[in-house]
Amino acid sequence: MKEKILLGHGSGGKLSHELIDNLFAKHFSNPILNQQSDSAIIGIDASHIAYTTDSFVVDPIFFPGGNIGNLAVAGTVNDLAVSGAKPMYLSVGFIIEEGFSYDELEKIVISMADDAKKAGVTIVTGDTKVVDKGKCDKVFINTSGIGILNKQNIEISSGSDIKTGDKIIINGSIGDHGMSVMAARNELNIRTHIETDCACLNHLISDALKVSDKIKFMRDATRGGLGTVISELVSDSDFGIQIDEEKLVIHESVRGLCELLGFDPLYVANEGKVVMIVGDEDAQKVLAAIKESPFGKEASIIGEVSEYHKGMAWLTTGVGGKRIIEMLSGQQLPRIC
Amino acid sequence: MKYIDEYRNKGIVQHFAGQIKNISTKPIRLMEVCGGHTMSIQKFGLPYLLPDTVELVSGPGCPVCVTSREYIDRAVAYSRLDDVIITTYGDLIRVPGSTSTLEKEKASGADVRIVYSILDAMLIAKKNRRKKVVFLGIGFETTAPSSAAGILKARTAGLKNFFVYSAHKVMPPAMEALIDEGVNIDGYIGPGHVSTITGQGIYMNIPEKYNMGVVISGFEPVDLMQSIHMLVQQIENNDPKVEIQYTRVVKPEGNVVAQQMLEEVFEPRDDWWRGLGILKNSGLKINQKYEMHDAEKMIEVEVEPTIEPKGCICGLILRGEKKPKDCGLFGTTCTPSDPVGACMVSSEGSCHAYYLYNR
Repeated sequence: MKEKILLGHGSGGKLSHELIDNLFAKHFSNPILNQQSDSAIIGIDASHIAYTTDSFVVDPIFFPGGNIGNLAVAGTVNDLAVSGAKPMYLSVGFIIEEGFSYDELEKIVISMADDAKKAGVTIVTGDTKVVDKGKCDKVFINTSGIGILNKQNIEISSGSDIKTGDKIIINGSIGDHGMSVMAARNELNIRTHIETDCACLNHLISDALKVSDKIKFMRDATRGGLGTVISELVSDSDFGIQIDEEKLVIHESVRGLCELLGFDPLYVANEGKVVMIVGDEDAQKVLAAIKESPFGKEASIIGEVSEYHKGMAWLTTGVGGKRIIEMLSGQQLPRIC
Repeated sequence: MKYIDEYRNKGIVQHFAGQIKNISTKPIRLMEVCGGHTMSIQKFGLPYLLPDTVELVSGPGCPVCVTSREYIDRAVAYSRLDDVIITTYGDLIRVPGSTSTLEKEKASGADVRIVYSILDAMLIAKKNRRKKVVFLGIGFETTAPSSAAGILKARTAGLKNFFVYSAHKVMPPAMEALIDEGVNIDGYIGPGHVSTITGQGIYMNIPEKYNMGVVISGFEPVDLMQSIHMLVQQIENNDPKVEIQYTRVVKPEGNVVAQQMLEEVFEPRDDWWRGLGILKNSGLKINQKYEMHDAEKMIEVEVEPTIEPKGCICGLILRGEKKPKDCGLFGTTCTPSDPVGACMVSSEGSCHAYYLYNR
């Protein structure tokens, strides 16, 4: 019985209960979830909460350094954290293809439980559906999350305090996640050792917020990569952004694979990278705090907010040329998260 | 990255930039006729490193861009046949035909598959014996040999349900036509990949007949800056010739085996180029011996009449007479996500490159 997920596992009947008890409740166990009521009842003492949702359809579901479960937790935790909120509670919805391996599902659930524990968030409610074979690809996961927002951080998600001279910081290398997934796809037949950078960044971010109140904007550079975050930020703004290509950390294997496939690492997805805009006076302090984190060892200041080219982002290329950083149009890579 | 980083060396690029500045006196326009060069030039921001006297213009070097609407219309018509699977390189599926694109046909149920090589297309043919698998053969001398190799292989293997729909073209007639028509250029940055196959012989006419130089260039910033330097030198010394900068790949005689395959499978035909019109002997048609794998010969289909888009100046851009920014549609009606002209669709198209890197 433990081998395959059957349609009955999503029926709401006996098999569903077994799946919940033996798998989800077992690994996600906590007092709120264990009540198994229709809604999770949670007490929150805050005037502002952050609330977000994200769905995950990555293909393949296992890739070097992680799986779809890690993404599902980190994705939502990071969306909350970059808004300046402290992530607290998650919901998890699974859509599972009939015939999916029970063992693989358990591996995914264990990864999620581990990540949630490390991030200090509680999975308080969930749902499972099973669909006919061929109607979804192995497993899709949706997570929603609630975080508590401190009043002084409310402006962060809008970036309204950004001004000329502010520094752009990223907590490490770019392009690892997208290329890790790409390389793991069988059809390419490529062997590399690129691991995803997937990580919950809430502790790193809260450490940074502790040392400075001059963090004016944060965003996780997921789909669309660093390039998209930067170009979204400058469009319709009264400042420009200058990025220095020489300051970007791009691992050799990522650069190689991008070169081979014709991708620009600037637009390749990350799952553990936050872009911060920090007042010049605090930039070094924030950088130092980030570097203390295991997910910030390769952090660097990669550029600054400039009064030139308002509404545009410019890259000083490695050879000293200049070009604009434009939003990615269309999909560079399908189903990387 | 070994063999790449050396050619992205800032010091060497700056050295050539300095040299070019030192020797350049006359204002000149250099044309690159390879989409890969267009992308590299914009991606590395090279125009910023050149003196005002040296202007770079993009020519008809993107095979998708010069392909006629009629070709797309016919591919769309094939895709609508129940027993046809279309296999294509990714660039082509978003190129607008008169009323549709392959992407739209795919969404409405046509079997259109993106492949990275003609071998993948042949594999699909092997697995789907009851279907006719049509591979869209696009490209210059660079990709034409792989189509030829595929056709040769299909014939040997008796893969009767495999067809190539050829839009393959050859570069020299276009390079000569541009000069004949009086397009204002002073030298060519010669296409590196095309020349790898053909060798340098195909360009000899250009200095001899037109007194204009060609430097066959690699794709990295050091390559391009060195090639520009070589061209400026030729022009300043009034010494036009064909030179190879990309010596680590391009041999003067080219790839003889590939040339023989082209000769075996294709024959020249007059072909239509967007922006240039019909050019004599500029297209490659599958010859009679291999016509059993020629989609045009073997698969009958009714094709809708071709309608050209209004306001699109792809043609003038491909001739180097206008720049993407001169087009009223550029960046407004015509963007990479909703392209009007082919120059905006293809990742090698000059409008696409300008949109991404130099708006």
